Amino acid sequence: MVKEVERAGIPVVHICTVTPISMTVGANRIVPAIAIPYPLGNPTKSMEEEKQIRRKILLRSLEALSMEVSEQTIFEMK
Amino acid sequence: MSKLKVIHYINQFYAGIGGEEKADIKPELREGAVGPGAAFTAAFGDKAQITHTIICGDSYFNENLEKAKKEILGFVKKVKPDLFIAGPAFNAGRYGVACGTICDLVQSELGIPVITGMYRENPGAEMFKNSVYIVETNNSAVDMRNAVPKMAKLGLKIVKKEPIGASIEDGYLPNGVRVNFFDTDRGSKRAVDMLVKKLAGKPFTTEYPMPDFEKVPPNKAIKDMSKVTVALVTSGGIVPYGNPDHIESSSASKYGEYDITGVMDLTESTYETAHGGYDPVYANQDADRVLPVDVLREFEKEGKIGKLHHKFYTTTGNGTSTKSSKAFAKEFAQKLLYDKVGAVILTST
Repeated sequence: MVKEVERAGIPVVHICTVTPISMTVGANRIVPAIAIPYPLGNPTKSMEEEKQIRRKILLRSLEALSMEVSEQTIFEMK
Repeated sequence: MSKLKVIHYINQFYAGIGGEEKADIKPELREGAVGPGAAFTAAFGDKAQITHTIICGDSYFNENLEKAKKEILGFVKKVKPDLFIAGPAFNAGRYGVACGTICDLVQSELGIPVITGMYRENPGAEMFKNSVYIVETNNSAVDMRNAVPKMAKLGLKIVKKEPIGASIEDGYLPNGVRVNFFDTDRGSKRAVDMLVKKLAGKPFTTEYPMPDFEKVPPNKAIKDMSKVTVALVTSGGIVPYGNPDHIESSSASKYGEYDITGVMDLTESTYETAHGGYDPVYANQDADRVLPVDVLREFEKEGKIGKLHHKFYTTTGNGTSTKSSKAFAKEFAQKLLYDKVGAVILTST
């Protein structure tokens, strides 16, 4: 799906936990997530802390969309 | 001759421990055969025996890669088997990646022969087919009875250092190594046979397939996110509560398009996941953990993005064929273009 969106000309960022799969599939902008059943959350934390985690990943995703890439790139969390 | 010693690697599901709710279990070494190991024992006859089984949760393996690799390698070192087998994983993505990773590691680090099996579209296949022998299986466990004898036979061949035939002879996924063999029919006859089948609209197998590792070049970066409409897409199966379009829990035949105008937060009573390939508890409690509508609404308010597109697109990514996913996205990408969406955030579980 990532590739078809990209092919249509829309910049796309893939947020996923198992980044090697994303590399194999062919996503160009990849942001690592937390865990398979909760990529953008963490049920062991409070709702407020979870939202902060989600914010951080999404801010990183916006950065990824704003950066030129010439090849497949994993945008590790800072 | 004494029987060859074999270690078998399987996941929590095939070990009968549990489904997704147990996918986080740590690696464990057990004596004897477990689950599909029985079928291997039958296929090996008096030639080999599964002396130990290693069980590891699929999520644990993929989320704690370095730790899991070390632990499993430790088990294998201790047992010193003649052959290491993993799976078969069919079309289970995380399981396939785990099988491929661990086989590759055992082969390169310990020099022990390895064999695994999976469906050609399993991401693990693309990643490891050139480094380890992967027997080609069908896409579901129904194929177990065909897959196991093929894996057992090829595995023994590798251990005994017998010459390995071409991929279509020995049933493994083509690994880039060309092996010559004599066909029963000469080339001209095979070519005419193929042509006749093609003209009659019947299936035929080419002897010269085209490579399919196409990449799509990245699009230009977005200069000003605050002016862009961002759309959410997910393969994590988030749907309105009750799954109104009945998106299948695996091998999805369709995708959903849902309006989120005015929706600020996904809640337990309004959204859930239809995905059957991961533990749904957390996504059902709060679907924002997979489809982050709440934070994107905040970004919208803070001017970090122009706006959040009023529709999201969703399907369940497990066991869904590459062909279907491609067709889904090709279709909704046109809708996104029509709606002047400038960027997509796609989440996967």
